[in-house]
Amino acid sequence: MYAFLTGPMLWLSFAICILGCAWRAYKYVKGLSWQLDRVAYGHYPDLAFKGAMKSIFHWLIPFASCSWRAKPVFATAFFLLHIGLVVVPLFLFGHVMIVAERFGLSWPTMPAGLADVLTILAVLAGVFILLRRFALSEVRIITTRHDLMIMAISLAPLVTGFVAAHQSGDGNGWLLAHIITGEIWLIAVPFTKLSHAVLFFCSRAQIGIDFGVKRGGQRGSGIVW
Amino acid sequence: MPEGIFCNKRPINTEEELKALLSDTRGTKYYEEMLSLEVDREKLWATIQKTCKSRTQTWLDVCARCGLCADSCFLYLVNDCKPEQVPSYKIQSTLGEMVRRKGDVDNEFMRHAMEVAWSQCTCCNRCAMYCPHGIDMGVMMGYTRGLLYSQGFVPWELKIGAGMHRVYRAQMDVTTEDWVETCVWMEEEQQDDWPGLEIPVDKEDADIMYTCNAREPKHYPEDLAEAAILFHIAGENWTVPSEGWEQTSLSMFAGDWEACKLQVENVYAAIDRLKPKRVIGTECGHAHRATVIEGPYWAGRPDGQPPAPYIHYVQWVAEALRTGKLKIDPAKRIKQTVTYQDSCNYIRNWGLAETAREILSYLVEPGYLVEMTPNKEHNYCCGGGGGFNGIGKFRPQRNKALLTKRDQILATGAKLVIAPCHNCWDAIRDLEEEYHIHIDWSFLKPLLIKMVIVPDHLKPQEEAGDEE
Ligand code: SF4
Ligand code: SF4
Ligand code: SF4
Repeated sequence: MYAFLTGPMLWLSFAICILGCAWRAYKYVKGLSWQLDRVAYGHYPDLAFKGAMKSIFHWLIPFASCSWRAKPVFATAFFLLHIGLVVVPLFLFGHVMIVAERFGLSWPTMPAGLADVLTILAVLAGVFILLRRFALSEVRIITTRHDLMIMAISLAPLVTGFVAAHQSGDGNGWLLAHIITGEIWLIAVPFTKLSHAVLFFCSRAQIGIDFGVKRGGQRGSGIVW
Repeated sequence: MPEGIFCNKRPINTEEELKALLSDTRGTKYYEEMLSLEVDREKLWATIQKTCKSRTQTWLDVCARCGLCADSCFLYLVNDCKPEQVPSYKIQSTLGEMVRRKGDVDNEFMRHAMEVAWSQCTCCNRCAMYCPHGIDMGVMMGYTRGLLYSQGFVPWELKIGAGMHRVYRAQMDVTTEDWVETCVWMEEEQQDDWPGLEIPVDKEDADIMYTCNAREPKHYPEDLAEAAILFHIAGENWTVPSEGWEQTSLSMFAGDWEACKLQVENVYAAIDRLKPKRVIGTECGHAHRATVIEGPYWAGRPDGQPPAPYIHYVQWVAEALRTGKLKIDPAKRIKQTVTYQDSCNYIRNWGLAETAREILSYLVEPGYLVEMTPNKEHNYCCGGGGGFNGIGKFRPQRNKALLTKRDQILATGAKLVIAPCHNCWDAIRDLEEEYHIHIDWSFLKPLLIKMVIVPDHLKPQEEAGDEE
């Protein structure tokens, strides 16, 4: 069981995640239509590139967009959650070791203490974001079951991973749970709203090109995000 | 009843149909018939499948439901933060539902969607700046309006407006003859004060072709005269086309994309015919959006550009002041508290925030300009955009929407609001009528004429015996 989950199943999950995301990105770009969208995508490559990059980076960097600055508490929670979900797993000692053993590839890892802190913060941030959904009427009205499910799928590997890492003695149950929830998460990415892992970049680039090429980008700054 | 006599899925294509619809005062029968207008579900779904491509589809799908867009929408704020006014909710409960149900929606749903699309969103695009995913509700509401229009669920005034463009290629019944007559009339009217002033019609190869908003020849022809005077003072070689002079597009507000195309092609044909070096539009913001920003796409121009460089009036004014074609008399600069109304349509959609400020630096004595908060790219819509100003059915909602601008203006303490966009100008006029805050408002042209230095050789020669 353990061997299957960390062997074929793990690679299958990765394959589904990566290929699925690539497929979504491909479908996105293919479905763009300069005339329907009213954006001359291909005509001003320099402006388009600049607009797209500006649009992505202002939102990828904490507090670099006017909207992040307007909502500092939410922005903080947002970044903590995403650091816990994306950065921590990538640089976690245990994860890097698995890759090193199997592929001989290796990269720097983060101290276990830091990983712990970031994981806890990410879980707290996730819980905060969940509570916010119900506390604020403007968020409650747009919340769907899908959003709750996504949060559950995302937090599960964090919680189980944290417990597994800190269990003394036989931690097999938690470790198994961590692997399973992690794999569920990977597989869910292309098929759920988690696809924003790639579609965020697509959509942000698109609006960046829109503003950069058409709505003002040719006359000065384009939009100030 | 699948379709009514007035309220149906057929666009207005003839003068008779237009007159018939106009005779239905305030659309009373029209809205009555709408109550039983049938939805063509197959057609709706087919249209969605054909036109709801990856951008819109992705926007609908990935919306994180985070609510960051709520505060960005002035209609949410001014309506006491009603959750139903959250941009994401507005689109998910209309377009989102239509897509999820594969077009299987009923009359009641469509009427509700119509109300949301035309009375809860002015397509000001402000929310696009605040959404982490860059989701632009203004764009999606525009798309939704197109779907609603194609099913006959469109406010009466906008059905008429789109029809006007189809029949007259103008948002009002101004014919080519009416227009040319107005040009001749205004030229004659001005010649005593401005000897040699011309309004040249259909001059080929001029430096400038000027286009305007049909309301100018129809309701305030002095605007055309003022444009002529300023071009005259600036020594411009300019012309107006006899055909293709109307730059606005109520069909854009209505979501009648076919009429949009017909309208803009008419202007582009004039450009091709007269071959001006460039085209300058009037101060109207939505006219600029229609003909210069969106128009090239309706007309199928893949580079997104009109056939000749086409600039907004504030661009020409800034340039004329910068190069000294127009010189302002320093003694006449504005010395009262004044504020500036940014038009979403050429600030957020064309990048002219700084250009407008450059003009103000010439017109207003330092220290007298008090900016609204927020302003420039972050400005709030005046409250009358996207067709909202003209729809009688939604007048109460529109009046409420004006409160944002009213309070912004009040906070500046200004008694004069410079509002180049026609639609903003109307909204500010209406808010004064509605709420009496004792302000004046003005386009740029009359202000410029009051302040500009007139070169001696353009002044009327005073002949002996002329004086009384
Ligand atoms: S800000 Fe964007 S992602 Fe968030 S709810 Fe609004 S539209 Fe959706
Ligand atoms: S486009 Fe403007 S009016 Fe419409 S939802 Fe966005 S902010 Fe509100
Ligand atoms: S009327 Fe003026 S402020 Fe309002 S949407 Fe149009 S351009 Fe913007």
